Amino acid sequence: MVELLAQTGLNALYAASYTALVAVGLVLIFGVMGVINFAHGELFMLGAYAIVAVYADWNLPYLVAVAVGMIFVGIVGLGMERAFFRPLRDNPLGGLVASIGFLMILQALVSMGFGVRMEHVPPVTQDVIVITERVRLPVFRLAVILAAVVLLASLWAFLKKTRFGWALRASAQDPEAAALQGISINQTARIAMFIGAALAGVAGALTAPLISVNPHMGHSVIVTAFIVIIVGGIGSLEGAVIVAVAYAFVHTFVTTFFDGVIADIVGLLLLLIVLIAKPTGLFGSTDRA
Amino acid sequence: MHSRVTNLAAFLGFGAILLALPHTLSFSQQEILVFLTINVLVVASYRLLTLTGEWSLGHVVIMGVGAYASALLSKRLGIYVPASMLLGAVTAAMVALALSFPLFRMKGFYFLIGSFAAGEIIRLLWKRFREPFGGPKGIKKIDPMPDFDIGIYAFDFFEPISYYYFALAVVGVSLWVMWRIERSPVGLTFHAVHWQDKLAEASGVNVRAYRTLAFVLASGFAGLSGALLAHYIGTINPNSFDVEQMVFVLTWTIVGGTATFYGPILGCVVLTILNEIVLREAGFEQMRPLIYGLILILSVLFMPKGLESLVRGALSWRNAGKKKVGETEATE
Repeated sequence: MVELLAQTGLNALYAASYTALVAVGLVLIFGVMGVINFAHGELFMLGAYAIVAVYADWNLPYLVAVAVGMIFVGIVGLGMERAFFRPLRDNPLGGLVASIGFLMILQALVSMGFGVRMEHVPPVTQDVIVITERVRLPVFRLAVILAAVVLLASLWAFLKKTRFGWALRASAQDPEAAALQGISINQTARIAMFIGAALAGVAGALTAPLISVNPHMGHSVIVTAFIVIIVGGIGSLEGAVIVAVAYAFVHTFVTTFFDGVIADIVGLLLLLIVLIAKPTGLFGSTDRA
Repeated sequence: MHSRVTNLAAFLGFGAILLALPHTLSFSQQEILVFLTINVLVVASYRLLTLTGEWSLGHVVIMGVGAYASALLSKRLGIYVPASMLLGAVTAAMVALALSFPLFRMKGFYFLIGSFAAGEIIRLLWKRFREPFGGPKGIKKIDPMPDFDIGIYAFDFFEPISYYYFALAVVGVSLWVMWRIERSPVGLTFHAVHWQDKLAEASGVNVRAYRTLAFVLASGFAGLSGALLAHYIGTINPNSFDVEQMVFVLTWTIVGGTATFYGPILGCVVLTILNEIVLREAGFEQMRPLIYGLILILSVLFMPKGLESLVRGALSWRNAGKKKVGETEATE
C-alpha cells in the first residue's frame, strides 16, 4: 500500500509539473492583458506537434525540437496578440471569443497537415530509476519535472529581478498607472503573450513522448488549466502553481483508485464548489473579475 | 390599418414560401433544411439567455439534456414521442434551474467558465455511465416520430419533408412564445437587468431571479430543440453536444448579432447556406471548422454588432432616401 501511494505520488508530481507550466502561462496572459486565452490548450498541442515534426519526422535531437517548439509557439502567441487581442483590448469577451475561433483554426490546420490520427513519438530514453521493486521513476519523467521547476524558477526570477519583469507586474496591477510611468502596454502585452504561449508550447513538447498526440488533445488540457486558474484565483501566479500541484495530486489519486472520468468529474465539482464558496478563487483578489 | 394588412400579407407570403421551399430542394438539401430549422430554435433560445447579459458555454449541453431525456423516456418508458419531447424540454429546464444556484453566484468570465465546467460534468456523466446513458457510444435506435394524418396532409416521418413541416410548426410556435416573452414586462425587465443591473436592483427588481428565469426558459427551448434533433437523427452521443457544436452556435449568434430577435436567426441561416452551398459544392467541407473560426474572429473584429447591423443600416438608408423624396414633394 505504501508503495502504491509512493508510486502514485511520483506520478502526481509529474502531472503537476506540466499542469503548472500551462496554468502559469494562462494566468500571466490574463494578468497582463485581461483576457482568457481559450486557445491555450491548442498552443500545448502545437508544442507537441513540433516534437512530432522536428524530432520524430526529421530526426533532429530532442532538445533541439523542444527549443524549436517553445520558440515557435511563442511566436504564434505574438501573432495572436497582434491579430486580435490588441484590437480587442477594450472588449475582453470579444478577445475570448476570438481565441475560441483561433482554437478551431489551429485544430483544423493541424488535422490537415498531420491527419487526425494519433501520432507516435519514439521514446527519448527508456531508463528507469528503480527505488524499490514496485516504485519506479522513469528518467524521462524526472527530466520533465526538473525542467518545469527550472522554467518556473527562471520565470519567477525574471518577474522579480529584471526591469521587464517589473514592467510586466506593474501593468498587471494597474495598466493606466503603468502607462503613465512610460511603460509601453503593447510591449508588456507582447512579452506576456510570448512567455505565456511559449510555456504552453514547452509543456506540450516535454510531454509529447509520453501522451497521445492528436489534434484534439488540447481540450482536456484547457479544462484542467481552467480548473487550476479559477480555483487558484484568476490573477495569482503563486496560486496557480500551488493549485496545479494540489489538483494534480487529487486527480492522479482519484484516477488510480477509481478511474479517469470520475477524476475529471471530481475536479470539475471542486471548481464549482470553490466558485460557490468564494467566487473569486482561493488566492484571488476582487480586482479583475 | 394599412400596415396591419401588409404585415399579414407579408406573414402569409413568408409562410407560403417556407411551406413550398422543400419541394424545390433535393433530398439531401431537405435533410439540411430540417437541421437548419432545429438550429434556428437553438440560436433563438441562446439569444433569450444572453438578454440578461450572461453568455453561457453550456447551452449545447443543455440541448443535449433535452435530447437524452426525450430519447430515454420514449425508449425505456415507452412514452409517446411528442409527449417525451415536451418532457425533454422540461427536464432541460429543471437541470438548468439546478445549475443556476452555483452558476449565478458568478458573473462575466467566471460565469462563462463555470457554465463550461458544468456542461463538461454533464457530458462526462453521459460518457461514464453506460446505464442509462449508453457511455461514449450514446443512445442508438431512438424511436422515430409516429406517423399521423391530419386530414389535409399525411405525415410520414421517413421523409425529411414531413419532419420539416413538423419541426417548422414546433419551432414557429416556440419563436412566437419567445417573441411574446421578450415583448412582455418580463422581457423588458430582462433588458433592464442587462443594461442597468444596479438601477434595476435599486428599483426593487430581483436581478438574480430574472437571470435565472431567462436561463431556465432558454434552456427549456434548447431542450426542445435537442429532442427534435434526437428523434430525427435517431442516434446521439456525448460528442454530438461538444465544444465544437457550441462554437457553431456562438458563431451563428455573434455573426448575426444579438441586439434584435432576428439577428441570430439571420446568422444561422446565412452561414448554413454559405456552408452548404459554397463549402460543400466546392468540396471544402473538411475546412468547415477552419472557416467558422476565421468568420468568428473577423466578425468580432470588424462587425461587432453582427449582420443585423448591415440590415438596419440598409433600412435606415432606404428610409432616409424616402424622407428626402417626401421633402422635395412637400416643397413643390
